Amino acid sequence: MEKPVTRDPGFYIMLAIGLAVMFIAPVWLDLFTIMQITQYVVLAVFALSLGYIWGFGGILSFGQAAFFGLGAYTFAVASINIGETTIPLILAFVIPTIFGAALGYFMFYGRLSDVYLGVVTLVVALIFWKLINHTAGPEYSIGEARLGGFNGIPSIPTLNIPGEPDAWLDPAQMFQVFMGILIVIYVALRLLIASDFGRVSIGIRENETRAALLGYDVRRQKVIVFAIGAGIAGLAGAMWATYQAFIDPNAFSMEMSAKALVWVMAGGVGTLVGPIIGCIVLQWLTLKLGTMALLNSIAVLGGIMMLLVLILPKGIVPTLKMLAINGWTLWRQGKIGGAVAKKAVKHD
Amino acid sequence: MDYALVVALEMVRAIAWLVLLSAGLAIIFGMMRIINFAHGEFLMLGGYTVVISTGHGVNEWVAMLVLAPIVVGIFGVLVERLVIQRLYGRILDSLLATWGLSMLMIGGVTMIFGNSVTGVATPLGGMAIGAYQVPRYNFVLIIAAALLLVAIWAVLKFTKAGLIARATMQNPDMAETLGIRTRWVYMLTFGIGSAITGLAGALLAPLTGVVPTMGVNFIAQSFITVITGGAAVITGTLSAATLLGTISQGTTFLSGPVYGDAALLVAALVLLRLLPQGITGRIFKRSI
Amino acid sequence: MTLISRRRLLQSTGTAAALTLAAPLVARAAGDTIKVGGLHDLSGALDAVGVPMNQVFQMAIKEINEAGGLLGKQVEAVVYDPQSNMSLYSQYATQMALKDRVDVVMGGITSASRETIRPIFHRYDTFYFYNTQYEGGVCDRNEITLGTTPAQTVARLIPYGMKLYGKKVYTIAADYNYGHITAAWVKRYVEENGGEVIETEFFPLDVAQFGSTISKIQGAKPDFVLSALVGTSHLGFYRQWAAAGMKAQIPVMSTVLGAGGSDQLILTAEEGNGITASFGYFEGIDNPTNKAFLEKVAAEYPDKNWVMSEISEVTYEGMMIWADAVREAGSTKRDALLEVLTSGKAYDLPAGKVKIDPKTQHAVRDVYIAELKDQVFEIKESFPDSPPTDTQMVCDLIANPKSNQHFEISL
Repeated sequence: MEKPVTRDPGFYIMLAIGLAVMFIAPVWLDLFTIMQITQYVVLAVFALSLGYIWGFGGILSFGQAAFFGLGAYTFAVASINIGETTIPLILAFVIPTIFGAALGYFMFYGRLSDVYLGVVTLVVALIFWKLINHTAGPEYSIGEARLGGFNGIPSIPTLNIPGEPDAWLDPAQMFQVFMGILIVIYVALRLLIASDFGRVSIGIRENETRAALLGYDVRRQKVIVFAIGAGIAGLAGAMWATYQAFIDPNAFSMEMSAKALVWVMAGGVGTLVGPIIGCIVLQWLTLKLGTMALLNSIAVLGGIMMLLVLILPKGIVPTLKMLAINGWTLWRQGKIGGAVAKKAVKHD
Repeated sequence: MDYALVVALEMVRAIAWLVLLSAGLAIIFGMMRIINFAHGEFLMLGGYTVVISTGHGVNEWVAMLVLAPIVVGIFGVLVERLVIQRLYGRILDSLLATWGLSMLMIGGVTMIFGNSVTGVATPLGGMAIGAYQVPRYNFVLIIAAALLLVAIWAVLKFTKAGLIARATMQNPDMAETLGIRTRWVYMLTFGIGSAITGLAGALLAPLTGVVPTMGVNFIAQSFITVITGGAAVITGTLSAATLLGTISQGTTFLSGPVYGDAALLVAALVLLRLLPQGITGRIFKRSI
Repeated sequence: MTLISRRRLLQSTGTAAALTLAAPLVARAAGDTIKVGGLHDLSGALDAVGVPMNQVFQMAIKEINEAGGLLGKQVEAVVYDPQSNMSLYSQYATQMALKDRVDVVMGGITSASRETIRPIFHRYDTFYFYNTQYEGGVCDRNEITLGTTPAQTVARLIPYGMKLYGKKVYTIAADYNYGHITAAWVKRYVEENGGEVIETEFFPLDVAQFGSTISKIQGAKPDFVLSALVGTSHLGFYRQWAAAGMKAQIPVMSTVLGAGGSDQLILTAEEGNGITASFGYFEGIDNPTNKAFLEKVAAEYPDKNWVMSEISEVTYEGMMIWADAVREAGSTKRDALLEVLTSGKAYDLPAGKVKIDPKTQHAVRDVYIAELKDQVFEIKESFPDSPPTDTQMVCDLIANPKSNQHFEISL
């Protein structure tokens, strides 16, 4: 089970890596590479949102993109109307959180579970996708922002310094802000998971009936976890919108939801680092395939995904962890006596 | 009056469409608890079989009713042997692996056949209902959907194979103990589910045409129909298709296709909230 | 690190940002090849359109290199596959501008993809050619737009149809920007010619069932149906229309069918026969340049499973016009090239004579109306020197060279 955060060396290692990247990358790397990494940072936040509710709340959402898109559109509409980005960024967290709580109430108090829950979230995302795709005409605008239908909203403002709408961030600064957000969310989630609240969530994930019999309000707990995940996904959507300077209905698409699922699964369910790594590896691969005109990119990516499930069913991070622990044990045993080590190798 | 008849016919056709789209998926999901995310691409494969084989001179009906189910059924068995059998009991891994498979199939078909193939014309032509013209082919769809459901029902209800399948579905461990080779049952179930999907794809091809990416448009509809229907293959599929088809077509006639699609989704949402295990989780509980 | 003041940015419409961000770009084009970016979807939903564009693009580069290259250098293609995904468009556009430092980019298919990459190329001063027919209204000195707009095609198609079939029109269109704007143009041209649009219906791009619409159309009894349906799902309409036996009763015209060069092959001959469309290019154009061009394409791609269409031919035009301007200007710098391009020179291309309108930087070109027969478009009428009057209503780059947007033309 979870160790206390403060005694887990892994936590400090991650934190150190994160901070190092945040401060060193802009000095060492060129502008283009920074912009590339920014993309991974944004999507990693999105991956974390699902990694948290799935891995530590046992809630499987097939439609996490509903919140991602909601956050993105909230940010786009608000920032175009207000003319600055701090309040929109907060709104992009708050509105999806509220919506997530409402949807969570609707689902968990209706005792939906398992695949049915997944399908309801998927359907919600699809409804958003349908409706937002339908907003092409000029009559669909909120304030100054035209929703634009399939083509989406262009010219979304870049982030500015809070309180100074004229002070825009350059790409390197934007990267640092996003990296900061990622680190804060990672730390906050680690602390939350280690708290009493988090332990109850894990208890529910392991055995819902037992948790209920012990007197915990399973439904309320789940609604809260779900809403937190929704808020984080919304924030990721807002970061995505400002990073790309445009947003289109694909933010709500099944593909976007499925991507998050794949990242979390590939990286490892039940960890927070896993989703981040899964997201980086697979996004990098997608991007790389498009630059090499070898085979059909989509076929290659599909093949890799299938193999990943068959060969690394637990995900990258847990598998590596297991290998490391096995290796460590072997090495220790090797020190004690060669014979034992040989035996262990046989057993493995 | 004519118009009302045409609208009613269109609704029945929409229901038949949903039944065809989702029957194969319902069998696989209902009996094996495996979500086949490549379902849309299995439909596509059925469509391609028809288009390619008629291009080589095979009779259109033979291609649709015989060749497509066989080809896709065999493909399904292969997929089950190579991939799915390693993933039983892991519903999410199966989802992920079949999603990869769907991309692999889209890319693979594009590489083999290119991204544009001439379709087959819809057979039978049109007929007049009062002042309106409707495709005769609509009746083929409706009859095919009805026959398909009756056939599945009869097999499950009256044959030994059906009995074994139902037993495996209800309690695989018990079935295994009683000497049933559940692995064989699963393989055949997946193959039959795939064959039905291939048939559906073949029947839809003359109306929608075939392109490698066509599956994406169908996966959500079929998936939602199956889940809304619940665990029972026949009653589930039929009741969900009837309800969703009527609602979406009704709305389409009244206010256009966007709201028709949205109405289908909202209806599914409300249904699942009221009946969290799907329609057959509460009503028609003991049906198949 | 410097903060970019927004006021400064607004004053100079983006150039300040470009300078601050793109300082290393001054060294562009110092390499020993001239780099040309190609951004077309080679996989995913739009690959049927993107693959031919890319093949013709590659062929044009080969042709330029075989003729000795440009400015004493070889031309090198930098090709990425955005996989029909807008995020990848934005990624690769940035990569082309900042990392590969290409001299010009050809590409973008949908308006959504163009509006994703156009601001990026504008910001980083990378010259951009958009070669697709679209709804009109782009106004950006950094972009040359060569495809047709509704004022060139719809304006011809509607009177042609009304003269032939009658005055009552039923419009069906794809539910996104292009469809809505085209439907608005249809309405305007129908009314200008004394007719009536009895109904306009919009369809989401993933709709594949048209049964209810076909019944509605029969109830409304129009003289002809004008379709601005887009994409492979929407091809279902033409099939179901034929299946209902409607082909003999109400004629159909389209502003899109055949644009990508594969629709007419996907539909069977019986389903497609009699559909009329209007574009800036059809294979049947009778001039020696076109004949030579088609022979070259057939030799280069003997196994191709597509028909040369406006979108691909215009991609070839884009490369040829740009190369000609580079030779004449003796430079690859945008401003020098623009001076040549907007000088009113007429280019002799497979599609006929093409000029660039200096006010909008859109093409003034010959437009054709053709009818589909046995999967081949037969040209019925041609209209030389058609200007993009729609974009001209909203855009004047001579008066406002700093303009950088996609205007929605209100009707």
